[in-house]
Amino acid sequence: MGDYSDNLIEIRNLRYLRGPRAIFNNLDLTIKRGQVTAIMGPSGTGKTTLLRLITRQLNPQQGTILIDGVDISTLSQKELYRLRQRFGMLFQNGALLTDLSVFENVAFPLREHTKLSDRLIRHIVLTKLHAVGLRGAAYMMPSELSGGMARRVALARAMVMDPDILIYDEPFVGLDPISMGVIVRLVRRMNDALGITSIIVSHDVEEVATVSDCSYLLSDGKVAASGSPDELRTANSELVRQFMHGMADGPVPFHYKAPSYEEQLLGRDVE
Amino acid sequence: MNKVVQEIYDNATEFVRTFGAFQLFFMRLLQHSPALLFGRPSVVIRQVYNAGAMSLVIVMVCGLFVGAVLALQAYSNMSRFNAEDWTGVAAAFALVKELGPVMTAILFAGRAGTSLTSEIGLMKATDQLSAMEMMAVNPLRRVLVPRFLGGVISMPLLAGIFSAVGMFGAHIVGVELFQVDVGSFWQQIQLTVEIADVREGIIKSIVFGFAASLIAVWEGYNAIPTAEGVGRATTRTVVITAITILVFDFMITAALI
Repeated sequence: MGDYSDNLIEIRNLRYLRGPRAIFNNLDLTIKRGQVTAIMGPSGTGKTTLLRLITRQLNPQQGTILIDGVDISTLSQKELYRLRQRFGMLFQNGALLTDLSVFENVAFPLREHTKLSDRLIRHIVLTKLHAVGLRGAAYMMPSELSGGMARRVALARAMVMDPDILIYDEPFVGLDPISMGVIVRLVRRMNDALGITSIIVSHDVEEVATVSDCSYLLSDGKVAASGSPDELRTANSELVRQFMHGMADGPVPFHYKAPSYEEQLLGRDVE
Repeated sequence: MNKVVQEIYDNATEFVRTFGAFQLFFMRLLQHSPALLFGRPSVVIRQVYNAGAMSLVIVMVCGLFVGAVLALQAYSNMSRFNAEDWTGVAAAFALVKELGPVMTAILFAGRAGTSLTSEIGLMKATDQLSAMEMMAVNPLRRVLVPRFLGGVISMPLLAGIFSAVGMFGAHIVGVELFQVDVGSFWQQIQLTVEIADVREGIIKSIVFGFAASLIAVWEGYNAIPTAEGVGRATTRTVVITAITILVFDFMITAALI
């Protein structure tokens, strides 16, 4: 079943509304197998929402999302859960289960989905923790970890079932330069060594440029630009320039929509 | 006028919807319960420890003092009619039929219910439930059902312990302090308190266990995932549980009389 073309995920004509506001409108986007694809965009453009749509934690009002050629909206709960076992997801804050130790957090998917012996689970978990450099923290609790460490543990957990697709939601936010460098290298290494497909949602232009093969820049519910990091950097579009070079004002205004300053100071807007 | 009607209508539909969702939620918890209880008892036992064993201290201390104060009251009132021997009986009836289950349930809501609600609410706020969904694990099955069962199993046990410790408190006051004859203290209890009375207490504690655990888990699962939302949900757990338990207590007592 499914077609094994280069395109792992295809999003066609996607429309998603939150309340009256359209987050996505006729969005088309393709994620290629084996690559690191970055999804960038200013805050509030719905990057995380897109991830939730791809994993069907949310359902779109219109449009299709195909994974390996299969429309995910047609899947039953059981099939959806089977599909999700192919995904590994790294949440923004790690989302480690706070009542379990680091070791048990990483072992969690194995214990839930497999009947492997304790000995084998121990081997797998220690291998994964070793890969992220935290074998020594196996018996600590999540509350004892720093932000960067928590994210690395979450990465080990996301990899423990050997997924085909790794999704990173803002993996670089709030990390010190050392942890950031570690995560950046891990993302690339995991992708190439394990032959998986990675999707990174981020607005850290520099870091994304060093790891991604292809980037999409979202704005106003659509893809505003796409291409390799170099292509984006030299693009002509004003929005792309504003975003890539971090300019305060431009197509994305500095000021949130408001009545005129003068009117508001004179109190005329309160009728 | 129209506006008022509209508001009443909106509130009514909202109430019906919430009530329906609540029942559905209860059904789903029950549906997953047997598989988890018999398939992975260790997960449930851990929650029995969290909800039950961790509540032992507060339940036992309160039980001791409630039993003691019941005996004090009973003795001082009974002694007017030279019926001091009945001190134990009065305390036993009050404990086994009413105060054991009711006080335990309210203490349980305060100690275990609040921690269940805030734990689940915070798990939601920190994406832990979403993370489980993404790991293809149903959070209802893995997080809510074990906590619900933990509460349901511990409540009757705690109520039993409360009553037992309460009787010990009554014994200390009645027998040791006021020198009521120890033989008649306990014999009167044995002769008067019947199995039906104990059964009433057991029925109540089981019903209260279901109610308190269900409310705690529901409030946590439906909490708005912010600091304020979780705080409010925790408060609601205590308030709603206390009211529900007192209303149920009245209904069960009326039905069993």
